[in-house]
Amino acid sequence: MAPSTIVLALAAAAAAGMVGAFAVMRRMVLAADPLSHIALPGIGLALIFSIDPLIGAIAALLVGTMLVWTLENRTRMPTEAIIGVVFSLALAVGSLMTSGEELIHALFGAASQPKPWELVFGIVASIAVMLFVLRERNRLVISLVSVDLAHTSGINVRRLNLMFLLAFAVTVALGLKFLGVLLMGSLIIIPAATARHVARSLNATLAVSVVLAMLSTAIGSLGAVAFHVASGPVIICVAAIFFFVGLLRPRAA
Amino acid sequence: MATILTVKNLSVRFGEKLVLSDVSFTLDAGGTLAVIGPNGSGKTVLIKALVGAIPYDGTVTWAPDVKIGYVPQKLDIERDLPLTGLNFLRAKADVTGSPVDDVDRVLALVRLRTEIAAQPIGTLSGGQFQRLLLAFALIGKPNVLLFDEPTAGVDQPGQEDLYEMIHRVQSAEHMTLVLVSHELSLIYHYAEQVLCLSYLGQPSIGRPVEILTPQRLEELYGTPLKFHVHEDHGA
Repeated sequence: MAPSTIVLALAAAAAAGMVGAFAVMRRMVLAADPLSHIALPGIGLALIFSIDPLIGAIAALLVGTMLVWTLENRTRMPTEAIIGVVFSLALAVGSLMTSGEELIHALFGAASQPKPWELVFGIVASIAVMLFVLRERNRLVISLVSVDLAHTSGINVRRLNLMFLLAFAVTVALGLKFLGVLLMGSLIIIPAATARHVARSLNATLAVSVVLAMLSTAIGSLGAVAFHVASGPVIICVAAIFFFVGLLRPRAA
Repeated sequence: MATILTVKNLSVRFGEKLVLSDVSFTLDAGGTLAVIGPNGSGKTVLIKALVGAIPYDGTVTWAPDVKIGYVPQKLDIERDLPLTGLNFLRAKADVTGSPVDDVDRVLALVRLRTEIAAQPIGTLSGGQFQRLLLAFALIGKPNVLLFDEPTAGVDQPGQEDLYEMIHRVQSAEHMTLVLVSHELSLIYHYAEQVLCLSYLGQPSIGRPVEILTPQRLEELYGTPLKFHVHEDHGA
């Protein structure tokens, strides 16, 4: 496996751990998987028009994010319900548009060597996502405890929600190459869910979530090479093992 | 006494339903206004309109130098949220650009020990959590405190403690206080003005002795209510 592939995967994993910590606290667990599925019709369209599939995926994710945000503001339905409906539909439509091996790669990822622009985009975007979460973490904390308190503390909650959804979508895009549409949501959620269970404070949650996401990716990638299997599923299996080991530990609080 | 808040013809609709109709009143700086009324009469809606958290018709005019601290009705938070009380308070200090030692100041004001505040918020008792929410509201040195049912989920002796504390903090910080409450005896004791909301007719406002009369309360709640007036403290 090329070093640039590993570097890119680890950067994406770090961003996934960071965004995941807040996604789990904001009750977006069920939403995370379907949100990543909207990339699929984008990949399908890109293949039809012979564009780079990643560009199609990013475009679809951004459109999907704006759609969710708009519906959320208009209907006052919980984000999970909206995302569940919109993105399951996306998965269905996307599957019809993509076929054969391309569909398998899009769904589960393929450890191909990234092009130079993908490497640069991946690293810059990972750093941007992490800086966003770190910089906005106090606003995110207040708004997840109470939207009204966030409002009276001078926080623009609508804008913050949009920014968070965008950070989430970018993180999904970061992992598409090596984890695929189906598994990237899991790398965002599983380490964060483990962190939520074992940590007692905000900083500990963020740290545990990031470290576990990166460890799972590193161990999973090496294991996949050793056993000559696809890396994506192994990474998620490792993350899940950490989760079950974490459950053995009695709840800290 | 300077007027800190003027409310004129305030109405709030949720879709077709009118949940608050034509409320007008003024509030003097440093005063205490209690908002009473049966369930569903729009008390919480009024508070949310006053802080600008929901859209409304009419006008709400705060004095220009006003800084609002808001304590919401009991929050529904998940017990296993990995956030400590200190995380929560420091978050507000950071967002409002308040000095870091503001957290220690507000903890001292509400008499919450730092060891308690360092615990995950889901593990705090009802009374401790209310103190934490009050501490949160006090960060940034507000001059107006809006308090929605301070004693929900707190036992009887705890309620009196909480009112003592709110009163003490209000005096120490020279704040104007607006509170929603069902504790008529405590309102009688602490409030200078009572705003009475009802879904039957016009809201009324006046001094506790004028508003908290047995006839009026029976009209309002549909049943005779008894409450104990703390004569020793005066009203």
